Amino acid sequence: MDIVKLTLNKVPELFLEAENITPDQFAGKNAQQIGELHVYMGNQTAKISDYFKVEGKGGATAADTRIVISGPTDKVKYIGMKMTAGEIEVQGNADMYTAAWMAGGKIHVKGNVDSFCAIGMTGGEFIVDGNAKNYLGASYRGDWRGMQGGKITVKGNAGSDTATFMNGGTIDIGGDVDVHLGTHAEGGKIIVRGNAKGRVGGQMVKGDIFVLGQVERMMPTYAYKGEEEAELDGKKQVFKVWIGDMGERHGKRKGEIIYGKIYIPSGSVEAETPAAQVAKKKKLTEKQLEKVKEAFKDQEPTVQQVRTYIFDSFDVDMKPMQVSRLIEGLKR
Amino acid sequence: MSEYIIKNGKVYDPKTGIKGDVSDVCIKDGKIAEKVSSKAKVIDAKGMTVMAGAVEVHAHVAGPKVNEGRNYRPEDKLFTYKPTGKNTRMAGGFSIPTTFKTGYEYARMGYTTVMEAAMPPLYARHVHEEIKDTPIVDEGAFPVFGNNWFVFEYLKNDEMDNVCAYISWLLRTTKGYAIKIVNPGGSEAWGWGENCTTVNDPVPYFDITPAEIVKGLLTANEKMGLPHSIHIHSNNLGNPGNYETTLDTLKIAEGVKPNNKFGREQVLHHTHVQFHSYKGDSWANFESGSKEIADYFNKNKNMTMDLGCVTLDETTTMTADGPFEHHLTSLNHLKWANVDVELETSSGIVPYVYDPNIKVCAIQWCIGLELGLLAKDPMRTFITTDHPNAGPFTRYPRIMKWLMSDKARQDMLKGFKNSDKVIAATNLASIDRELTMFEIAQMTRAGPARSLGLYDIFGGLAPGMDADVAIFNIDEDKVKDPEDIEKAFSAASYVFKSGTMVVENGEVISNGNKRTLWVDAKIPMNKQVERDVQMKFLKFYSMNLNNYEVSNHYVPNPYVIEVDN
Repeated sequence: MDIVKLTLNKVPELFLEAENITPDQFAGKNAQQIGELHVYMGNQTAKISDYFKVEGKGGATAADTRIVISGPTDKVKYIGMKMTAGEIEVQGNADMYTAAWMAGGKIHVKGNVDSFCAIGMTGGEFIVDGNAKNYLGASYRGDWRGMQGGKITVKGNAGSDTATFMNGGTIDIGGDVDVHLGTHAEGGKIIVRGNAKGRVGGQMVKGDIFVLGQVERMMPTYAYKGEEEAELDGKKQVFKVWIGDMGERHGKRKGEIIYGKIYIPSGSVEAETPAAQVAKKKKLTEKQLEKVKEAFKDQEPTVQQVRTYIFDSFDVDMKPMQVSRLIEGLKR
Repeated sequence: MSEYIIKNGKVYDPKTGIKGDVSDVCIKDGKIAEKVSSKAKVIDAKGMTVMAGAVEVHAHVAGPKVNEGRNYRPEDKLFTYKPTGKNTRMAGGFSIPTTFKTGYEYARMGYTTVMEAAMPPLYARHVHEEIKDTPIVDEGAFPVFGNNWFVFEYLKNDEMDNVCAYISWLLRTTKGYAIKIVNPGGSEAWGWGENCTTVNDPVPYFDITPAEIVKGLLTANEKMGLPHSIHIHSNNLGNPGNYETTLDTLKIAEGVKPNNKFGREQVLHHTHVQFHSYKGDSWANFESGSKEIADYFNKNKNMTMDLGCVTLDETTTMTADGPFEHHLTSLNHLKWANVDVELETSSGIVPYVYDPNIKVCAIQWCIGLELGLLAKDPMRTFITTDHPNAGPFTRYPRIMKWLMSDKARQDMLKGFKNSDKVIAATNLASIDRELTMFEIAQMTRAGPARSLGLYDIFGGLAPGMDADVAIFNIDEDKVKDPEDIEKAFSAASYVFKSGTMVVENGEVISNGNKRTLWVDAKIPMNKQVERDVQMKFLKFYSMNLNNYEVSNHYVPNPYVIEVDN
């Protein structure tokens, strides 16, 4: 396998759009020819060699080509876009659209990546040692074809809207994810080893989501189905399973309706149904009531003030109507 | 103005009856001329094909639903943009290209006149704004009448004079060209969550049937003597077994004689017939009904049709047939946009992927081509894709290839995943007709121009006609590979629009002098209709009547067709 070494020696003023940095484009080219390929910055067209020091040469085919990128590449977008084979290693961070529409081969980013990475990915492997921002493995804006195959591994956290319109493949996130995980998903498997912020699997038609930490708040359109044994990381484990999204259409197989599924490990965390969470959080203890009374003594507090105080001090999210009644009660 | 003489080209022109003879074409002062002076610039077209500029009879290229399609399909634009060129602006999009790309691409294929197929009168201003922004090609737009409350009420009360006065007023107000009918009654019924799937289903509340609507508008059209006939998209589009509804609709026009001074010979134009020629009663036993439809068309000379060929691309369906789009989104589960246009029509948009590996899509592909090959009179059969519904208009060269080459068709047929099933459900495998260049000229130039009542101006190369000329680098007798046909028609060697050279070697070199065609039917407004219009605007419309009219500055370069009957 031939290695092409790219070293960024000039940080671009704006962002560099470098969709030509792929094994497919580099294959069969020597260092000079690779340096001639274009990159865009804003509305300017430049050459790869204007920004990178190019060493080595591409292999005979994309599969025989390995690209190693070093330097402060935080502002380089589209690395490995539409690549079909070969390898890319980014030693620092990469910007948006890294591995977008990737079809094969392997990309390893040792730092962090920005948003829209691996959108519409159909195959290959994408590994990020740091964190990923929003829309990881999602679809392009407006499109209904998100990640369809291959594997994404993020060792850190991922942002919001991860795996929107995912149709296949696997996403493995070592840390936490922000809101809107697997929205509109119609297949594939997502593993979150930390916590999920909420709105998990909204409008999901089909697919599996494993959250090994906690789901901050389960969608009300998911129904608790009970405990079930499933395989994860080669081990059989017992999970609590929710099915949904009940507001979406669902196909049938052998007479049985296929739902999207959310798995949460049985033993690790006490998972509660959304209804139980709501019920528990709506009440204040006598002691807490006294505190509220003390805090707003000789005042005419607004509903919002009291509500914010209750939320900040006791982590109880009351409805404005309840708060208003509470104030009336305290006055008397 | 500059003069040109096109020498040594093989000319195909149904107007003058030249069938591929080498002949000179002279251009002077924007018109075709008998002869030119010695100063004329000589274009050597040796080994090339010379035809009139093509006329598009039905495409959705301007207006609110096209723009909504652009808005809600960013993925359609992805990787398609071309930066600003020497004579062109930045342009992109695939199935719903920008206005600029629309103009450039039509011109590059040798098209010089384009008709926007459905203009909701309420949004006519938007349509004309986009038409104004579409360079090069002359354009007109058909306002939709088939679900209009005024039309329903006048027809119900048998007030033909009022129908004519209203149509004339609306054509003038919206700067429209012809009477378009989309799913007559059905789009209005959609306001009640219903549809009209046969010609005898009554419209809720109005209690009028599609048959009565079509008959009434057809009568009004002939009474007024408009240049184009009624332009109809009949009920029950896209459903298995709908060829019967199509025949029922066509029968309404049987025996009616055309009345006009524009040389038009038909009283009814049925659009995108491919979508209306389905047999079977479910998607499982879906099959082609093209034979029945084509036989009927061949027998009845007072009708024209356009094909609506499926091109097997990823595209965007958009139509004023609101209930159909809802039906479609429940089939493919892709995003859906729906609009109710107050008293006039409805509209819907859904992306669609015509996948050659899906049996139904492959059968649809066959039906479009079968209709083109089974129809005996190319002067009454026009090539369209109902852009963008069955495919983008940029695929016309490909359709010409399929129509002109049996080999190209058979290769496609054999390549389908469900090849055997597709062949069993269609007639295409047994048709070996190959259309000639002259027939293509009839189907894309002379025929559409005559059907639109524009055959004195467009679609031919007779002296005195507008100098719209397209020259393609292909020789009919020397085609070895069918791909050459597609290649030649995709990028014309030269295109002239009203005597200005707009395309040279496949590149746009001028933005021409674009005009908007509209019809002034000259029927005075009567008191009754005037009052009704004012009442409806006061009571129901969300818009003031003063903001409704397409005033002159929306149409900076008009070409008015005046009807004097």
